[in-house]
Amino acid sequence: MDKIGRFGDLGGQYVPETVMNAVTELQEAYDRYKNDPQFLAELHELYRNYAFRPSLLYYAEKMTRDLGGPKIYIKREDLNHTGSHKINNALGQVLLAKHMGKKRIIAETGAGQHGVATATICAYFDMECEVYMGREDMERQALNVYRMELLGAKVTGVDSGTATLKDAINEAMRDWATNIETTFYCIGSVMGPHPYPTMVRDFQKIIGEEAKAQILEAEGRLPDCVVACVGGGSNAMGIFYDFIGDKSVRLVGAEAAGRGIETGEHAATVSKGSLGIFHGMKSLFLQNDEGQIAPVFSISAGLDYPGIGPEHAHLHETGRADYVAVTDEEAVQAFEYLSKTEGIIPAIESAHAVAAARRIAPTMGKDQIMIINLSGRGDKDVQQIARYRGVDINA
Amino acid sequence: MRNRIDAKFEELKNAGKKALITYIVAGDGGMELTEQAVLGMLENGADIVEIGVPFSDPIAEGEVIQEASLRALRDHHTTLQGVFGLVERLRQKTDSPLLLMLYANTIFRSGTDAFFAKCRTLGIDGVIVPDLPFEEHDEFRAAAEANGIYNISLVTPASHGRIAKIAAAAEGFLYCVSSVGVTGMRDKFTTDLDSFFHDVSAAAKVPYCVGFGIRDGEAAGKMAAYCDGVIVGSAVVNQVAVHGQDAVPHIEALCRDLRAGIDG
Repeated sequence: MDKIGRFGDLGGQYVPETVMNAVTELQEAYDRYKNDPQFLAELHELYRNYAFRPSLLYYAEKMTRDLGGPKIYIKREDLNHTGSHKINNALGQVLLAKHMGKKRIIAETGAGQHGVATATICAYFDMECEVYMGREDMERQALNVYRMELLGAKVTGVDSGTATLKDAINEAMRDWATNIETTFYCIGSVMGPHPYPTMVRDFQKIIGEEAKAQILEAEGRLPDCVVACVGGGSNAMGIFYDFIGDKSVRLVGAEAAGRGIETGEHAATVSKGSLGIFHGMKSLFLQNDEGQIAPVFSISAGLDYPGIGPEHAHLHETGRADYVAVTDEEAVQAFEYLSKTEGIIPAIESAHAVAAARRIAPTMGKDQIMIINLSGRGDKDVQQIARYRGVDINA
Repeated sequence: MRNRIDAKFEELKNAGKKALITYIVAGDGGMELTEQAVLGMLENGADIVEIGVPFSDPIAEGEVIQEASLRALRDHHTTLQGVFGLVERLRQKTDSPLLLMLYANTIFRSGTDAFFAKCRTLGIDGVIVPDLPFEEHDEFRAAAEANGIYNISLVTPASHGRIAKIAAAAEGFLYCVSSVGVTGMRDKFTTDLDSFFHDVSAAAKVPYCVGFGIRDGEAAGKMAAYCDGVIVGSAVVNQVAVHGQDAVPHIEALCRDLRAGIDG
């Protein structure tokens, strides 16, 4: 990072003045607590005894044999409490909010995984929680809506714009500006104004730290390739970060190509986006020539976002990470493939990483090693995949 | 050339008057309506007009301006080029200060240097960028200064200790946001305005004006007591939402009411 909150020229703090004081306050609090032994001890205790870390690094023997390439390991973030990597960040931020004396937490959610994780930890800490969710996402992820309500959170539907993740973020930012003195905005990905991209990555980097130790334990060497799906990019930054300095490790992000990047109906920000300033950061966005943010499309509500975190955009610019686009159809096939091959039903988001791995593995040698970050479990997606396949499971 | 904003505030000061600054979303109801509305506002009491460039994701706006932005984009296919065309026509008819209110991405995406050069050519006097806080002013500073365009700074009741440094560096006028939250008409104000404007007046080196939530002449009059001018946006934009193509006379009547309220 070149200057505070910047990755090269990217990142920054492009937010309305009303929230700047809160952003600065958060930045100062985070700088203070991130090296505070007591805070870190509390966080790691929660990681262990509440989120059930470390998550397994599982050797996918059948998939390895089937693809005929590298040894494939799967980092099982789906086994975390609440079923995805989102709990790592939610624990960190809500614990920080508690130390800052904030009483009310707001969050946005796409697929519902970050909303569920935030609602969960708010229930644990007895904090008020309101989650903004696009109306369209509430319909395709109805199970997670009910789950958040069970946990005591208020879920507020967002009808503006495209009624998906970006609109939920807009509305959460408006709430934050309105209730600025009492409210902590728990952003779910490595995006938004500084310090969020750095802070969220720091709360997620445990994924890569564990994976590195686990692969060294199992194989005695580093992997050759690490694959993760990318929407805003938090699970990918989490597993990439500890490997960035290990130049022999290829880092691959799988973004959502929706109906195909040539159709215009996709969320492939790196493939098709351009530099812009939005949601507090300078980064890559899908937008038109006049800078209007483009509507995006993906079967995955969690990847259905027209931007990407600034650190990813920087890793792309510098060539340190590669980003590939995976269509809905490929992701659904990977969803079914992992279910049948390994008996693991992945989140449709994570299935994008599995699909990219299936594409890359046959180009690698048998003596090589690949790690796939399985960011979440797929129970929430079963109904939608059935619908995609034309199967009516409610009949 | 001297910036028209400075000249206008000096003129108002000499006349013992306070400024009425109004805002409208360009292209809401069509660009012809916007043109008539801007001229109508200036003829009925407004001193300075802010022209809003509609953005797909206006995170600082309440519902009234969000919906107007959507109408302008969806129903009238408003573009930045279209807004430049509007300003070009307006400049043939008025010498009052004109500002663009727009999101950072609109400037960045059109090429920062080219954007501010175009502003200079057209006779735009300043920009207000709601998602560009003080810390990020460097993003546009060089290009804006090179072309003599003011980048208007905002302070809000949540700015607290930031007020002094922002006010000290402000150019043109300081935009004081009356309450936390997003734009929109309010029935009451919970901010401790005495305390807020005490901090502002201690640090400001340029005129300071208050906006957000002012719906009519009565509210404008009360607010004017604290500062050098009053900014009214959503109440104007709401006339277009309510009256559509017949909005201009209603906007003009609103401006007369606001002017009377401010002049007391």
